[in-house]
Amino acid sequence: MKTRALVTLAALLVFLVAAPAFLGGYALSVLILVLYFAYVGQAWNIMMGFAGQLSLGHALYAGLGGYVAAGLYTHYGIGPWAGVFVAVAAAVVAGGVVGALGFRFSLAGVYFALLTIAFAEFTRIGFDNWAWAGGSGGMFLKVERGVSDLVNLRGGPTMFYYVILAMAVGIFVLCRLLLESRLGRYWLAIREDAEAAQAVGVPVFWCKMLAVTISAALTALAGVWNAFYYNNLFPETAFAMGRSIEMTLSPIIGGLGTLFGPLVGAVVLTGLGELFTDISDQFHIPGLKQIFYGLALLVIIMYRPAGVWPWLAARLGFTERDK
Amino acid sequence: MSGARLELAGLGKSFRGLRAVHDVSFTVPAGAIHALIGPNGAGKTTIFNMIAGVYAPSAGTVSLDGRQISGLRPDRVCHAGVGRTFQIVKPFKGLSVLENVTIGALHRRPRLAEARAAAEDILKRLGLHDRRHQLAENLTLPDRKRLEVARALATEPKLLLLDEVMAGLRPTEVDVMVAFLRELNAETGLTVLLIEHVMRAVMALAAHVTVVSYGEKIAEGTPAEISRHQAVLDVYLGEEEPA
Repeated sequence: MKTRALVTLAALLVFLVAAPAFLGGYALSVLILVLYFAYVGQAWNIMMGFAGQLSLGHALYAGLGGYVAAGLYTHYGIGPWAGVFVAVAAAVVAGGVVGALGFRFSLAGVYFALLTIAFAEFTRIGFDNWAWAGGSGGMFLKVERGVSDLVNLRGGPTMFYYVILAMAVGIFVLCRLLLESRLGRYWLAIREDAEAAQAVGVPVFWCKMLAVTISAALTALAGVWNAFYYNNLFPETAFAMGRSIEMTLSPIIGGLGTLFGPLVGAVVLTGLGELFTDISDQFHIPGLKQIFYGLALLVIIMYRPAGVWPWLAARLGFTERDK
Repeated sequence: MSGARLELAGLGKSFRGLRAVHDVSFTVPAGAIHALIGPNGAGKTTIFNMIAGVYAPSAGTVSLDGRQISGLRPDRVCHAGVGRTFQIVKPFKGLSVLENVTIGALHRRPRLAEARAAAEDILKRLGLHDRRHQLAENLTLPDRKRLEVARALATEPKLLLLDEVMAGLRPTEVDVMVAFLRELNAETGLTVLLIEHVMRAVMALAAHVTVVSYGEKIAEGTPAEISRHQAVLDVYLGEEEPA
């Protein structure tokens, strides 16, 4: 990486760490959304951007993670820092089942994607009818005002901001390490051509299994954070198709398979989302936001099919690699 | 790096009743260069795919230095010491030339820096070093063929399977590739099995040739013997018209 890029990165980090000191409540909540989408986008990116496996059911892992940690907390008083291990384990098992079924039978592309959707839907229906998890009525965490309890993740937006910031930085570092490892290179090889990868000794099945389980585990963390931030969980939203799609947008808009893509995509998308909310509020036209949002996505995909980040990086003179 | 002996015994493959390969046996001694020739559709690539682990044979076995490798997954076959190229080249298109070869080298050298150094050496030998930062998809066909060979060699095989790496090359480029393979074989003792239609290359490289037609072996011998073999002339090479 060039020094110029490093300086920019350091400045960005300083800004993010200091942000709660000078940002108002609204701006901070927007920034929280940006970091959340950057995080889950990066987690999803491991599967699609790195290993080339299209998952359209990632809400399964986030929902499962959230429900497990929230359930352990509300029913047994087990704090999220302990519950998170169980949450991650549950997501890894779910990811393992989806992966084993899909990859054993070499399902690829949209067929694999259908499998991931199916599993998210099964789980949604299951949770709709599961009393322990509150059924379709949802599960609620007790809201405690005026406390800042990091151990039980009970507190205000600033605390949640720092937690998601730490997660976002963590996943960025982790993904960089992964990409610069043998496993990461094997994922890229599988993405480009699985048959050729296997011919040069890549154990394709196991590498794909690692991609889906690592991605699921990281997504579950986001689910735990999400459950404790919003204090409620409903099967209809936690496992929703829309939730899964939402997670894929930041990396697609920002640049699939890139490290900065999910963050850039999250900034663009959340920014546009807030802007259009403002505009449609001004004109009192319901649905205007969705129309603008959809159009903006279309325009970006048309003009920057490889994502905003590769173009932006070249513009800023960061050029990651010569192309 | 040294060569391994390849032995095919009674190898057969049927696809839903279609007999693609039937009872093919031949042995390539360690360190030899052997060619597999025959008309299109004779089953040459199917034989390759059985050696490389893409297909499990319906009958017979493949062994490398006496150890059976047929039935193993392709990555395990690679681990056993078989490197292969694809007739229809399969570069990792979105990655650089160097990354392509590095991924091959990672098989025996898990550390990225070491694998990359090994890949650079191979690229230098194959004359692709200048283009190492280009994306594989931007290479010309002859360069892609060379990249296939480079990536296979990076896995440090004992047996190299070359599926029509000369096809589409100009005669001078064929000579360069032939010289490279000869040198490599002489230096390392690597065993080479090649499928080839370019007879110029077969004649220059192979000590022995196996000819297949309609899935069966019809002849085997030195290139000189093969070029006089009546059955081979009938089904594949053809005869010069009397003046």
